[in-house]
Amino acid sequence: MRVALSVACFDDALFPDTGRAVTVLLERLGHEVVFPPGQTCCGQVHWAAGYHREAADLARAYVAAFEGGDVVVAPSASCAAAVRADYPRIARAARDPGLARAAEGLAVYELTEFLVDVLGVTDVGAYFPHRVVYHPSCRSLRSLEVGDRPLRLLRAVKGLDLVGLPAAEECCGFGGAFAMKNADVSVAMVADKVRHVRGTGADVVCAVDDSCLAHIGGALSRLRAGVRTMHLAEILAATGPA
Amino acid sequence: MPKFAAAARPALADTGLRRALRGTTAQLRGRAAAAAAEPADWEDLREAGRAIGEEALLNLDVHLEDLERAVTEAGGTVHWAADAAEARRVVTGLVRASEAREVLAAASLTLREIGLDGALARAGVAVQETALGDLAVRLGEDEPSHPLSPAAHRDRAGIAELFRRAMPAAGADLPDDPEALAAAARAHLRERFLRARVAVTGANFLVAETGTAVVVESEGNARMCLTLPETLICVAGIDKVVPTWDDMEVFLQLLPRASTGDRMTPYVSSWTGVTPGDGPRAFHLVLLDNGRTRALADEVGRAALRCVGCSACLNVCPVYERTGGRPYGPVHQGPIGAILTPQLRGVESAAMASLPYASTLCGACADVCPVKIDIPDVLVHLRGLVVDSRRRRPVPPPEMVLMRGLAWTMGDPRRHAAVLRRGTRWARLLSRGGRIRRLPGLLGAWTEARDLPAPPAESFRAWWDRTRA
Ligand code: SF4
Repeated sequence: MRVALSVACFDDALFPDTGRAVTVLLERLGHEVVFPPGQTCCGQVHWAAGYHREAADLARAYVAAFEGGDVVVAPSASCAAAVRADYPRIARAARDPGLARAAEGLAVYELTEFLVDVLGVTDVGAYFPHRVVYHPSCRSLRSLEVGDRPLRLLRAVKGLDLVGLPAAEECCGFGGAFAMKNADVSVAMVADKVRHVRGTGADVVCAVDDSCLAHIGGALSRLRAGVRTMHLAEILAATGPA
Repeated sequence: MPKFAAAARPALADTGLRRALRGTTAQLRGRAAAAAAEPADWEDLREAGRAIGEEALLNLDVHLEDLERAVTEAGGTVHWAADAAEARRVVTGLVRASEAREVLAAASLTLREIGLDGALARAGVAVQETALGDLAVRLGEDEPSHPLSPAAHRDRAGIAELFRRAMPAAGADLPDDPEALAAAARAHLRERFLRARVAVTGANFLVAETGTAVVVESEGNARMCLTLPETLICVAGIDKVVPTWDDMEVFLQLLPRASTGDRMTPYVSSWTGVTPGDGPRAFHLVLLDNGRTRALADEVGRAALRCVGCSACLNVCPVYERTGGRPYGPVHQGPIGAILTPQLRGVESAAMASLPYASTLCGACADVCPVKIDIPDVLVHLRGLVVDSRRRRPVPPPEMVLMRGLAWTMGDPRRHAAVLRRGTRWARLLSRGGRIRRLPGLLGAWTEARDLPAPPAESFRAWWDRTRA
């Protein structure tokens, strides 16, 4: 299958390994990956922060960049949720029914949805001999309802020791602008998340959103906690002894 | 009123408050989740609650007229109050006419909303709180932190201490278990109940077809207020109207389960007009607008007026759990407060403008709301109003410059790629050992407690161009 890769603006600059991992993984599974060069940002940050006109402009550019019928895969639940859940609202606020139709015409999947639902695989042939916890990001959990798809994929990874995360479904406190505008509350929230992570003895925290991971990882790094954050795609792309 | 971020700081540092709130919210959300799992038709009930609420709001004028007619026919009097000042005037006038020096008050957000306490005090009338939590808050000269359990931020030992001081009859050895505290409060209040001639209460619902005020509570104090005094004054928002008793069937299932996890709240009292020889001789209903018609005019925002006041959204909110209610302002707290208060008071002031941003948009509140208010959707909508209200400023705020600049840059892939390259170079200069520990300007709030990884020299798109294109 030919897959159009949607890379979050955030990942493009700060976490390019995520996009590379998805490319490597999908190619390993026998699919063709293309990167539509017109893409920049899905506009969700602007939308969520109240800059609704700007969000509409970015959304129009996004749908234009991905027009063409390929399946779109976003290794970011929040970008996939932006297109599926926010674009109808952005279109409503901008009184732009054309944008709503164009967004509906895109088949956008978050990575684990694509692997499990579209490709029908849970064992992607990965090898990752580390102790791992999975943080279900709010957008993956509540906007996309990806459910246990990420866990099913992780359980099939050879060598991986998956441990449960207490209070897993509680927000890490990132929330885009929230992390800046309400920095103190945001830090109080991530402090609890980090406490739970460290309590599990895991070496790696993974998620399907690098934004949340940047938050959790930023706090872990400041503490020199010796716990890494990785996008789920990087774990799935990792290989080793067959 | 300060901005949310500033108002939250003292709470974040208060370990007693943090512990008490963590305990209360965890207990309530656990009970509510279990209670919601019981009825097989819970999702249908929620949908029915949403639909009834929406219909009631869309035809509010008709229902309000029905309500006024029914209340009058039942021997009550309806007063209309456009704002808090008018409501205060009406209530103080009624209390003055009764010549009472003391009134009983039953926990009601609307009484706080109109600032009744202060107005009555100025008129020389003492207000006696009748609910345990409100009493504790009053005795501690404190502010409530939760609509249903106003002293949720205080531990039992602290409350017992307040009671020992204020209620000598309870004895110096009053233990701090909930039952002993409730018994002490009851004994303290009994005599006041018996001598009171006027009570002021709120209402959870107003049934239009019969002109009935419905009060749902767990301690029974409001019921005492409804039955004992000669004059009953009920202050309720116009959004409390429910067309018929059939609709109440839905709400009386939704509210207790979402709120305390009970199948039915211990006390559900309904009051219709006056009945000779039974209960109050005068019944006054003060219908409060105070910004509600403005909220009603907002297609997205009016969903907030469907709220049935269960406080389930507070109990699951990770922000509320850490800050308590105070930073949200004196009346409506937690996620619903963050969308209701700015609508009632307008988003122009800095404090009101900060409320829609007091959320990570995690969505936990929308998941539990028994009448399916999409709180995150309304938050984002209100953020849009906040930003729009600032667009016309002669000097745009720094955040607006940043956000517009970003949008302009990202509006074109080539501009975007160029800025990305330049930004990466700058960011790498700021980093040490692959980590950025201090960011300048607006972004500095991030690095107060969190590192940021230095951007790798090669962006994804650069890697793609080098290896695949
Ligand atoms: S918004 Fe919904 S969950 Fe929150 S208090 Fe109102 S009815 Fe309850």
